[in-house]
Amino acid sequence: MKFTLKIWRQRGPNERGGFVTYSVDEVSPDMSFLEMLDALNQRLIATAEEPVAFEHDCREGICGSCSLVIDGVPHGPDRGVTTCQLYMRRFADEKTITIEPWRAKAFPIIKDLVVDRRALDRIMQAGGYISVNTGGAVDGNTLLIGKDEAETAMDAASCIGCGACVAACKNASAMLFVAAKVSHLATLPQGKPERTRRVMAMVQAMDREGFGSCGNQYECEAVCPKHVSVRFIAMLNREYLRSGILGTKMPARSDPPHGESY
Amino acid sequence: MITLDPNVPAGPLEMKWDRRRFSGQLVSPTNKRRIKIIVVGTGLAGASAASTLGQLGYQVECFCFHDSPRRAHSIAAQGGINAAKNYQDDGDSVARLFYDTIKGGDFRSREANVYRLAQISTQIIDQCVALGVPFAREYGGQLANRSFGGVQVSRTFYCRGQTGQQLLLGAYSALCWQIERGQVTMRPRTEMLDVIVADGHARGIVVRDLVTGRLSVHTAHAVVLATGGYSNVYYLSTNASGCNVTATCRAWKQGAAFANPSFTQIHPTAIPPIGDHQAKLTLMSESLRNDGRIWVPVSPSDRRPPHAIPPSERDYFLERRYPRFGNLVPRDVASRAVKAICDEGCGVGPGGQGVYLDFSDVIRQQGIDIVRERYGNLFEMYERITGENAYEVPMRIYPAPHYTMGGLWVDYNLMSTIPGLFVIGEANFADHGANRLGASSLMQGLADGYFILPYTIGHYLATVNSPPITEDHGASRAALERVKARLKKLLQGKGRRRTAASFHRALGKILWDHCGMSRRAAGIRGALEAIPSLREEFWRDVIVPGSGEALNQELEYAGRVADFLEFAELMCHDALHREESCGAHFREEYQTEDGEPRRDDDRFAYVAAWEYREGETPVLHKEPLNFEFVQPTTRSYQ
Repeated sequence: MKFTLKIWRQRGPNERGGFVTYSVDEVSPDMSFLEMLDALNQRLIATAEEPVAFEHDCREGICGSCSLVIDGVPHGPDRGVTTCQLYMRRFADEKTITIEPWRAKAFPIIKDLVVDRRALDRIMQAGGYISVNTGGAVDGNTLLIGKDEAETAMDAASCIGCGACVAACKNASAMLFVAAKVSHLATLPQGKPERTRRVMAMVQAMDREGFGSCGNQYECEAVCPKHVSVRFIAMLNREYLRSGILGTKMPARSDPPHGESY
Repeated sequence: MITLDPNVPAGPLEMKWDRRRFSGQLVSPTNKRRIKIIVVGTGLAGASAASTLGQLGYQVECFCFHDSPRRAHSIAAQGGINAAKNYQDDGDSVARLFYDTIKGGDFRSREANVYRLAQISTQIIDQCVALGVPFAREYGGQLANRSFGGVQVSRTFYCRGQTGQQLLLGAYSALCWQIERGQVTMRPRTEMLDVIVADGHARGIVVRDLVTGRLSVHTAHAVVLATGGYSNVYYLSTNASGCNVTATCRAWKQGAAFANPSFTQIHPTAIPPIGDHQAKLTLMSESLRNDGRIWVPVSPSDRRPPHAIPPSERDYFLERRYPRFGNLVPRDVASRAVKAICDEGCGVGPGGQGVYLDFSDVIRQQGIDIVRERYGNLFEMYERITGENAYEVPMRIYPAPHYTMGGLWVDYNLMSTIPGLFVIGEANFADHGANRLGASSLMQGLADGYFILPYTIGHYLATVNSPPITEDHGASRAALERVKARLKKLLQGKGRRRTAASFHRALGKILWDHCGMSRRAAGIRGALEAIPSLREEFWRDVIVPGSGEALNQELEYAGRVADFLEFAELMCHDALHREESCGAHFREEYQTEDGEPRRDDDRFAYVAAWEYREGETPVLHKEPLNFEFVQPTTRSYQ
């Protein structure tokens, strides 16, 4: 197969970028999209040209590294896959394919197709955990967790943190990402003690990072490689509302209503 | 000169870890605040260690080359994690998990370490549940289990086909908490390129900031390597493309002994290779062998589609050769049997490299929904890659390099032969002997990181009282110069002829052919001749475009390939010297008449720990393995 590739090239964070056109031929339909880019890069390196920088690692759709907008769609035309799981047989021969990085204010470009996604880590650091020390945990079966709850938590927890939801959203909102983590932990009994504080802290961190607000258009769900559902955004909104109500502390009183006298 | 003191506490097996914990000295809380520890790598072992050390009050500086600590390759483990909980009441116990692991490793691991691993296994599950890991549950709310390759009990805990991801996210979330508390300083996109040894102790590392290219020195009271395994030395493997041997190889060159480098596990159930363009082999979880049946046509010339071949003309070769374990034999046994049957010409698919993994029986017996629930994501993954629907046509599988049991030598305290340099997870050699059982790597990574290292490193820190060195200490400067010189060498002379990938591919082929699933002396000797000349060619002809002062992925990659080229020779020396077949190390000269491996306990019941000598053949040191509690037997699964 043969393709014409229009690839975003940008030398550094503060440099001007632009599209550069490359043609690739002898592409096998069994190649993955990234293997096709590998082949292009091998050709560029052989002529001492700088290869196209792009992120990849596990190449089996779980690490969340790969991050290409292909013909305007994060992770390309297939549903429920990451870029590394996209195969060239999916494209018509001799097609022109446009390849861009994730575009969002909160994801500054580092080089070519590589962006800085540390904003997602900082949201996690704000509250995406259960504060439990190592050691002394009770037996795992002490907490009975119904199959449905466990499955719901697992559905939410399957988010791989790739950021496609942000790249797809016209507001560059990270709501699906935050919703996945908040829902995962709020569904499980272990996550309940910090539930009220967690959602507030994570939403505030999200706003601080410059992600936009949810536009309710579900582009995020459509491109999510793990099919994380927008239902979780509804759950996030409920958690947020709940936290808004419960989070207001009761005024401290000097003597309790039925205080004992000493 | 290296001395190997395994440092195993005396006393009965069950008491050893308790004794060590009691005899170890503690660091007072006020002193912990003044002690800095470097952790390299954020997989299961690294993230769990860094978070636990932070929680204990140490100052931790943690490094990874990914953009986020959540992306380490532990994330890709599919199947599950073992623990001797015996929730199924099917006869499991700490002693049985211990025995299975030591037997699975073909009696080439240290008893005390393996027993401790089995003891700790149950705590790991509890810890992960507490962190919010969404393990599969039964309707009644209890934790679910499945059985997994090579054992006869159900002791594997799992989160659909994403156990590694969920366990890693658990450890990563614990790490996030410690970062938020200011106990851990996280440095992503930073690659360790050398270790600093001063006065015989590990005192720091040299790293390269992958975005700016800046080199810097980081010093500490102790250094922990959690940098994973080196299966990518074979070029094609199930590992992520970034996995490399650089950190452990550099530590080896600074004086840490490297143990059993030739013990590399070839996993039986990967999607078969198809062409030269391929960047990796994709693993299909071993859990598929619980329900799938492996077969090939009886007749090599049979080219009919699988459904047209009647049962009488199918050879279910694992069930035939190993009736007791059938399709659930350990990985090394299954891989060799698959390769053997394909070498006989019975393989299916392109190039005859593949066997069927067939689900039609279980679909008929239990229904397609059950199969979809158990393995849905794996079937989807298979279809995406091959374009075939495995609910209708049997899958095709073939072995692929997957895990490395070899690693830096460590004592019972997980300390290498360089005092102050600790090695955890896949990067060390400790617990799996010559072969690892399924669902044991997650267990080991978390045992090391959450529960073992945080104790043992305390004793070192409490007893060795030397402050960290400065950045301009002679040893720091020397390490920095080594790194600079090497990067310069990689970058100089543009316009040469070959890409780093072409060297990597050539190296992978040499190793796969001569130091892969089966090995023979003549082949290994050939490899030992071919590798140095390939390495020479690499340093002469490799092209690395761009500069060292910016993000340069090709420079990172070429550096890793350079280390593979050096390390590969060590693997071959180890494979050549071990004149026996044990676990994943199969020497064709040492097999029984029916093709089973022949172990030689009289000559080789030891850990082979290799010392680096510049410009010379590595020097072998032996740690004898004394089996006080189990009797090494022939490892038969027939």
